[in-house]
Amino acid sequence: MRMMAIALFLLAWGACEAQEVPYFVTYSHHMEEPGSLEIESKTATGRPVGDNRFFGNSVELEYGTTAWWTSEVYFDFTGTKGDSTVFGGFRLENRVRPLWREHWINPVLYAEFEDINGANKSVLEVVGHDGGSDFAGPIAEATQEKKREVELKLILSSDAKGWNFSENLIFEKNLTNSPWEFGYALAASRPLRLRASTGRCMFCADKFALGAELYGGLGDRHTPGLHDTSHYAGPVIGWQLPSNMRVSFEQGFGLNDYSLDHIVRVGVAYEVGQVFHRREDRR
Amino acid sequence: MKARSKMLAVAILSVAGAAMASDGQSDWLRKVGEKERVRVNPLAGDDSAVAAGAQVFGQHCASCHGAEADGKGRRPSLRTARVHDASDGELQWLLRNGSLGHGMPAWSGLPEVQRWQLVRYLHSLPLAEGK
Repeated sequence: MRMMAIALFLLAWGACEAQEVPYFVTYSHHMEEPGSLEIESKTATGRPVGDNRFFGNSVELEYGTTAWWTSEVYFDFTGTKGDSTVFGGFRLENRVRPLWREHWINPVLYAEFEDINGANKSVLEVVGHDGGSDFAGPIAEATQEKKREVELKLILSSDAKGWNFSENLIFEKNLTNSPWEFGYALAASRPLRLRASTGRCMFCADKFALGAELYGGLGDRHTPGLHDTSHYAGPVIGWQLPSNMRVSFEQGFGLNDYSLDHIVRVGVAYEVGQVFHRREDRR
Repeated sequence: MKARSKMLAVAILSVAGAAMASDGQSDWLRKVGEKERVRVNPLAGDDSAVAAGAQVFGQHCASCHGAEADGKGRRPSLRTARVHDASDGELQWLLRNGSLGHGMPAWSGLPEVQRWQLVRYLHSLPLAEGK
């Protein structure tokens, strides 16, 4: 009841729609608008060979600190069919745009701290030698593994003729004595129609974006490369709803024996505009 | 000597402050290159572009600038002579690049044709009194 009241309050507050791309793993250079808060639930599900289906959910709060700096916090939850559901940990991240004008390629610098456990199955990135076997096994056992990690990303992104092209290089380090691990993510998307509609509509082509995403590991400092790690590729679709909500969907296919066969993802986002300027907004 | 240094420091800070203040609202206009400035809206003769631009404005801009584009809190009104007198190309440049140092995000993620629709809408807005 309380959650419903909060949801209704947020819906009534006043919202705006950001220029979001429908990716799940890849970041573009588009930042959260300053003062706006986006609340997003991202769920990933898959089934490792010989084990039950898992669900990994991340609740993401993304805030536009300034026009060139976006801050986020994630809370992860994990469950396996026939097993339990647990809290998978949290992540804090910041992204900054060092160049304040649009260029052919726009860099963004990303830094994240993760305090998660081994049961975390949000699959927000693939690094090092991550593989399908990481998703198997009892949850109670996996939660014993603590992972305090820093993650750095170099985000490169371009907009051209309605398309967005984004490339991410990922560098992750467990703060224990583990080597740096590497990963990548690439994505492209485009609205189905570039012109905006003249009236409010739910199913107009300009409300939908289609694209594709490719991501995987690049090994670690001792054994870099594309081998012995997972790679996934698949189509993504985004739908901007008139009620300032956004829904996205991705069907990822494992590209080698090291990967899961499929990872299906669903995202639901809601954006609240000018969250800390409510009083002045109601002048 | 000490007093002279202090006065010099105050003078430098004042000049820097004044420069930064003047750098604020209209700073972006000075950054627009000539090639960008003279661009003409390809939707200039398309009357439906105003209605479509109003939709884009409602979706992306109204939460900051107000549903009537007359400003909200510290976010500026767009019913001003500065916006009204800006060329199509200047507004297109601002929408694409933003003014990140002053809180205006870049809207490069919007397709260019939607930014042109927005420019049509902005130029259709009546000026607010005394602006």
